[in-house]
Amino acid sequence: MTLSTEIATLPQQAGRERSRPARPLPVAAISTLTVAAILGLWSLASAYTLVSPVFLPSPRQVVLALYNLAVKGFVDATLAEHVGASLIRIFGALLASIAIGIPAGIAIGTSRVGRGILDPVVEFLRPLPPLAYLPLVIIWVGIGEASKITVIALSMLPSIILSTSAGVRSVSKDHVNAARSLGASKGQVLAEVVLPSAVPSILTGIRIALGAGWTTLVAAELVAASSGIGFMIQSAAQFLVTDIVIAGIVVIALIAILLEYLARQIERRLVPWASHR
Amino acid sequence: MSILTFRNVSLRYPQRAGNRPGGDVPVLEGIDLQIASDELVAVIGRSGAGKTSLLNLAAGFIAPTTGTIAVDGVPIQGPGADRAVVFQDDALYPWLNARDNVAFPLKLKGVPVAARRERADKLLEKVGLAEAGDRPIWELSGGMRQRVGIARALAAEPRFLLLDEPLGALDALTRSRMQEFILRIKAESGAGTILITHSIDEALLLGTRIIVLSPNPGRLSAEIEAGFSAEVLSGASVAAVKASPLFKRMHAGLTGLIHAAPDDEVAA
Repeated sequence: MTLSTEIATLPQQAGRERSRPARPLPVAAISTLTVAAILGLWSLASAYTLVSPVFLPSPRQVVLALYNLAVKGFVDATLAEHVGASLIRIFGALLASIAIGIPAGIAIGTSRVGRGILDPVVEFLRPLPPLAYLPLVIIWVGIGEASKITVIALSMLPSIILSTSAGVRSVSKDHVNAARSLGASKGQVLAEVVLPSAVPSILTGIRIALGAGWTTLVAAELVAASSGIGFMIQSAAQFLVTDIVIAGIVVIALIAILLEYLARQIERRLVPWASHR
Repeated sequence: MSILTFRNVSLRYPQRAGNRPGGDVPVLEGIDLQIASDELVAVIGRSGAGKTSLLNLAAGFIAPTTGTIAVDGVPIQGPGADRAVVFQDDALYPWLNARDNVAFPLKLKGVPVAARRERADKLLEKVGLAEAGDRPIWELSGGMRQRVGIARALAAEPRFLLLDEPLGALDALTRSRMQEFILRIKAESGAGTILITHSIDEALLLGTRIIVLSPNPGRLSAEIEAGFSAEVLSGASVAAVKASPLFKRMHAGLTGLIHAAPDDEVAA
């Protein structure tokens, strides 16, 4: 039975094979075409004023807005100053969450007591949308920089803690035993074996945390800030300056892509061995 | 001269919940064994006979259920640098290059960077990898990695070397070269050595003494002295040694001993 169906399908397959183009279109080319198509449709829509320019400025206007933002600025600050304010917040928060998250992750990964204490805290925090606790943080910490950094750091914490504890727990038993048989104390096993083997996982956690933190940052700035890229968009929206709103969104997306790219480069530099385990 | 002693050692794993009741699973029973510095004791036996458990006991990774394991009369308390282990899957640290892997035990001891670098380079030279110090270990072949692993163990200046099927994952050609290499390293280091192996050839060729473990529970079922390693060390070719009638006769004898063991269901 199988024989007969095979014989029946073989010529068809050969036919399909022949009609297929020699080299399929690379994914990157398809993506480029998609972006071009979107930009094209956008241009057409604004050129024929299918949508009011107040709601959808032309791509040209947005580029102009970007230029003006960079040179003259908007609401008392240039684009660079807004972006700078945002970046300071996110990296401040990243440092804080690394300083807390890595030790917490180690505690969860290495000790039963640590896991017992910290697991419920992490599991409570993890599914919460950061904006849900932003008002509370503002009440506690005030409206200044500290509240934004706190909220961003809280949104970054779970992924750093969980990736650290996962990395710590995934350490090879032979690696630990080798160190012990070569004379390592408990502390040395932790410092020389467990932590290094957790680094790839920790870096992945940091990369995910940056993504989460960036989302939270923009949202937090929309709610309460007097500078920053999110604040810039919010102010522009209040005056219906749509071209600046769109320009700001583009900038946010570009920075997010850049951060992701940088994080991947750092991973490749720092742990080239991770792909060879 | 140091002596590693097993005195009436047994090992049982507690029955896991969900298994049939009936007490613990015996792995090793009534092991009495002495290994001196000038010996290379090869341990053979079928899978599940407890070979690796025996080595893990000697290393101190697991504690015996009864009996004691002692070095020069002092009972061991867990793992220590006097009993360095070489693993089947090398267990080298991928985040360190070959030199830093070898220097690892020296780092643990707090030897200054320059001194441990020098010592590691000497050891790498000794194992024939003088040029490989800066290379990441994932670039090295299986045989090279095992040599780095052996150099790392030697860096700890152990009194005993515990080799857990170090050649098990190597191809036949590399394996036979590594066998001679291990003989020479062992002779030079003067560390008493336990070699776990699946290969009767390897046990006969390398061991000054061969121990056969029979399964269920693992017991010492035979102990045989062998002198082939001395012949190889004094210059005889491995091929000639293996072709000798005595080697063949002992090979047949050991094969018989291993398969004569009661053929119960083998415990993992």
